[in-house]
Amino acid sequence: MITQVDQDFLALPLQSVSDAAISAATSLGASHVDVRIERTRTGYLSLRDAKPETQSDETNFGIGVRVIVNGAWGFASSPDVSDDSAKKLASTAVAMAKTSKPLSTEEISLVSEPVYANKTWVSAYEIDPFSVSDADKKDRLASLSSKLLASSSVNHTSAHTMYVKEQKHYADSAGTSTTQQRVRVQTQFEAISIGAHGFESMRTLAQPAGYGWEWMGNSIWNWDAEIEQLPSLLAEKVAAPSVEPGRYDLLIHPSNLWLTIHESIGHATELDRAMGYEANYAGTSFATPEKLGNLKYGSALMNVTGDRNTEHGLSTVGWDDEGVAAQRWDIVKDGVLVGYQLDRRIAARVNKDRSNGCAFSDSPAHVPIQRMPNVSLQPNPNGPTLEKLIESIEDGIYILGDKSWSIDMQRYNFQFTGQQFHRIKNGKIVGQLKDVAYQATTTDFWGALKAVGGPSTYVLGGAFNCGKAQPGQVAAVSHGCPAAVFDKINVLNTVAEAGK
Amino acid sequence: MISAQDLVEKILARSTTDDCIVVVNDKTQANLRWASSTLTTNGVIQLRSVTVIAFIAMNGSMASGAVTRTNVDERDIDALLAEASAAAHAAGPAEDFAPLAKDVSFGNWSAPHTPTGPEAFSTFAPELGEMLRRSQSDSIELFGYAEHTHQTIWVGSKGGMRLRHDSPVGRVEMTGKSHGRSRSTWDGVETHDFKDISISKIDKNIRQRLSWQEKKIDLPAGRYDTILPSGAAADIYVYMMWVAGARDAHEGQSVFSKKGGGTRVGEKLSNVGLQLFSDPSDSTLSGSPFVSAAASSPFTSVFDNGQKQGRVDWIKDGVLQSLLQTRASAKLTSLPYTPLGDNLIMKVDNGIGSLDDLVKKVDNGLLVTTLWYIRMVDPNTLLLTGLTRDGVYYVKNGEVQGATNNFRWNDSPVSALSRIVHAGATEWTQPREWAGDITSMAMPPLVIKDFNMSTVSPGS
Repeated sequence: MITQVDQDFLALPLQSVSDAAISAATSLGASHVDVRIERTRTGYLSLRDAKPETQSDETNFGIGVRVIVNGAWGFASSPDVSDDSAKKLASTAVAMAKTSKPLSTEEISLVSEPVYANKTWVSAYEIDPFSVSDADKKDRLASLSSKLLASSSVNHTSAHTMYVKEQKHYADSAGTSTTQQRVRVQTQFEAISIGAHGFESMRTLAQPAGYGWEWMGNSIWNWDAEIEQLPSLLAEKVAAPSVEPGRYDLLIHPSNLWLTIHESIGHATELDRAMGYEANYAGTSFATPEKLGNLKYGSALMNVTGDRNTEHGLSTVGWDDEGVAAQRWDIVKDGVLVGYQLDRRIAARVNKDRSNGCAFSDSPAHVPIQRMPNVSLQPNPNGPTLEKLIESIEDGIYILGDKSWSIDMQRYNFQFTGQQFHRIKNGKIVGQLKDVAYQATTTDFWGALKAVGGPSTYVLGGAFNCGKAQPGQVAAVSHGCPAAVFDKINVLNTVAEAGK
Repeated sequence: MISAQDLVEKILARSTTDDCIVVVNDKTQANLRWASSTLTTNGVIQLRSVTVIAFIAMNGSMASGAVTRTNVDERDIDALLAEASAAAHAAGPAEDFAPLAKDVSFGNWSAPHTPTGPEAFSTFAPELGEMLRRSQSDSIELFGYAEHTHQTIWVGSKGGMRLRHDSPVGRVEMTGKSHGRSRSTWDGVETHDFKDISISKIDKNIRQRLSWQEKKIDLPAGRYDTILPSGAAADIYVYMMWVAGARDAHEGQSVFSKKGGGTRVGEKLSNVGLQLFSDPSDSTLSGSPFVSAAASSPFTSVFDNGQKQGRVDWIKDGVLQSLLQTRASAKLTSLPYTPLGDNLIMKVDNGIGSLDDLVKKVDNGLLVTTLWYIRMVDPNTLLLTGLTRDGVYYVKNGEVQGATNNFRWNDSPVSALSRIVHAGATEWTQPREWAGDITSMAMPPLVIKDFNMSTVSPGS
C-alpha cells in the first residue's frame, strides 16, 4: 500500500508559495484566503479492435487563490507556481472581489472548522498507474479485446482506460495546511455485433474505483471471467425479443442503480442547488430546504448516506477543498429526507454549525464549489441474496449496467437504459429482452422500493465525469448500493419511441 | 513564463525523433456568475497546455506518442521529449498514419497572446448590475453566467510547420424566475468581445417570456408540431455531428451506416433544401484554416496536424455529402478527406424571418425555450432523449396562448430532418446544453412535425 505523498510533489515550494499568497491577500484587506496548489495527471488509452486509437498523458499543474474581501468573493489562478505569481494572483483576486462587490447582495461568510496544520493523506491504492509502462497497459487492454474478437458473435470491440493521480496542497488564512494524494482508474470494454439486426453492443459492468493499477488484475474484479461471458451474453441480446412496453417489477443491479441514485438523490440533495445557485446551468431540486425532515423521499426501506471516507470511494478525501475533515452523515433515513450536502459558505447560509465537507474544485483554475460526496443506498443488514430477490419476482425485468441517462432540471422525471435486461417470470430468469428504457418520477420510483438486497449484493459503483457549475467542473464520485426491487415501473420500448 | 514561440523552438531543437509536433494552447478568461440576482462567483484564469507529439518511423509506417503539460519550462523539455518518445514506442505503428505536413505556415507566428480579463466586462458589468437591481425591485430572480475567453493555438514541427490561430469568444446566459420560481425562462447570447451584448434586449426577452406564463395550459404527452429556437436546434444537431464519424458508419456502427454495408453518403435525409456545413472563412464564425490535434480520436488524427481546413458540406440540398474523416479513415472509406471544422452552420432554402415570425406560421403546436439533459438512447436511429426547460408555450393560430408543462422527449435529429415544416433565418446561436463545448454554431429556428413528447415532466 502506498502511504506517502510523492516526494517530487512535496519537494515543491508548497508552503512558501501558499504563504506568499495568504500574506499578500491579507495585507490587501482579505478577511479569508485559501490557496490550492494542484497537480493532476490524467492518462487515457483507447483501443479499437485491439489496436491503439487514442493515447494521452496530461498534467494540469497550477495555483488558485480565493479571497473574501468585504463579504465578496475574488478568485484568480495561474499555471505559474512561484512566490511572485502567488503575490500577483492574490492582488488580482482581491481586485476581483472589490469589482464584484457592487454586484453582490449576499455577504459571504464561512462556518468555522478546526485548524489542521501540516496534515497529509493518501488514498488506498497499491500500484501507481503511472509507474506501469504504457506498453503493459496497452497489452492488458489488447489481450482482453482480442479474447472478445475471437468470438464469432463479436464484430468489433472498443476498450479504454483512464487513470488519474491527483495531488493537492491546501492552505488557508486560519492556519490549516493539508497535502493529499489520491488515485483512481476506470476501464471499460465493449463488444459490438453487426448484422441484419443493425448493430448491438454490450459493455463490461466493472465500475470505476479508487484503486491503482491493481484494479486491472483479476484479484479485485475478475476481468478475465467477465470478458469470457460477454460474447454469449451479447449474442443472446441480439436474438432477444424487443420489450413489450408497460409496467414491470424491476430488479436493478448496483451496476445500473448507482446512476439512478446519482441523478435522483445525489444531485437532488446538493443544498446549493436546492437553494438555486445552479438554476442557470445544472438546475434546481424538488427537495427544497423547507422539506428537510418532512419530505417522504421513498419507502421506509430507503436509507441513504453521504460520506467522504469510504475506502476506495471516488469522492473520498482526508479534507475537502475548504479544509474540512471527511465525515459521514444521513441524507435519507427510513424514507425521509434528513440531510443535505454542504460546503462552508452554504452551511453558513442555513445557519449550520459546520460544513459536512463537500467542497471540491477539479482544477487550480476553478473555484471550489459544493460537489457530491459518495452517496450510497444502504443494504438491508439481514436482506436477501440476489438469488432470493430473483425468486421473489413473479413478472419483472432484471437490469444490469448503465447506458443512457437523463433527468430534468428539478430532478423529477428521469429515463435510464442499461446493458442487460433479463426477463423474470415466476421467480426465474427466462432470457434477455432488448430496447428497454425505464422512466419514472423520483419520489414515485423510490416510493416503489419494495425490497432491498443484503450486504452480499452491495457494490460500489460510480463515475469519473459528474458535471456541475460554470465554468464547467468535473468530479469523480462513488455510489454504493445493493440490488433492489421496485414495484411496477413504467418501461418503454426505445424502438417504438423512435417511431419505428 | 517563457513565450509560446520560444518554447516550441526549444522543444523542436532538442527533439531526436523522426519528427515532432508541439501544440501550445494559451488561454485567458474572465468570468462572472450570479444567482438570485446577486453575484456568486467570479474568476480570472490563465491557462497553458503544451503537447509534445513524438513521431517514430516504424515498419513503413509511423508511431506517435503525446504528452501534455500545463506548465513547461526549459528544464522540463528533455523529460517531456523522452516521455513522448516512450509513448510512441509503446503504441507501435499507428492505424491513423498519414504523411505529416511539411513547411506550412499561417498567422502571425511571432505575436504574443493577447490576454483578456475583467476589463472585457467594463460596459457589460454595470449594465448587468442595473438589471439585477431592477429585477429585485420587480420580484424577478436572475441567475446566469458571463464568460470571455481569448485562446491562441501555436502548432510547430520539425518539418517546418509554423501555424497560429486566435479565437476570442464569449457568452452570456440568463435565467429569469418569478412568482415563487413557478415561472422560469432563459436567454443566451454569443459574442466575440461583449461590445454587442444588449442587456436591455435580454431584459425585455426575459420579461416577455415570464409574462407569457401567466396563463397555464396543461397538455398531455404526445406528438406535437414543435418550434425549436435556433439554440435548441443547435443542441441536437451538434450531437448529430458527434456521431458522424466516417469509420463508424463504414463499419456499420452508426445511424449513417447503410444497410448491407457502406455509408449513407448520397442519401437524401431532409424533406427541404437544407444545407449543413462548416466553413472557416465564414464572416461571423471564422475558424481555424488548419487542423490542430493534440491527440488522435475517432474524428481527428495527430498525423493530420497542419492539413488545410476548408469548407465542408455535410448535408447539401438535403442530401448527406460527408462524414467526419481523418486522412486514414478517408482512405479506408474511399471518401474525400473532410475534417471536423470549428463551426457548424445550417441554412434552409427560403428560410426567412425570426422565431416570432415562425410562431405566426404555426396553427397548433408547441414553442420550446431550450432542450436539456440530452443523451443518446439508441445509436441505430440516433434516438435522443431530453427535457424541455425554462418555458414551453402552447401556440394556436399563430399566437402564444400560454405556458404549458415541461416534457421528456424522445426523438432523433436525423429523423427530424425529414419532418421540417418551416424554417427561419439562420443566426449565430447558443446551444443551451453544450454552450461550454461549442461556441460557433449558426442555426435557423425550425418547426418539426410530430416531435415526440414522451411524458409530462413535473419539473419547472
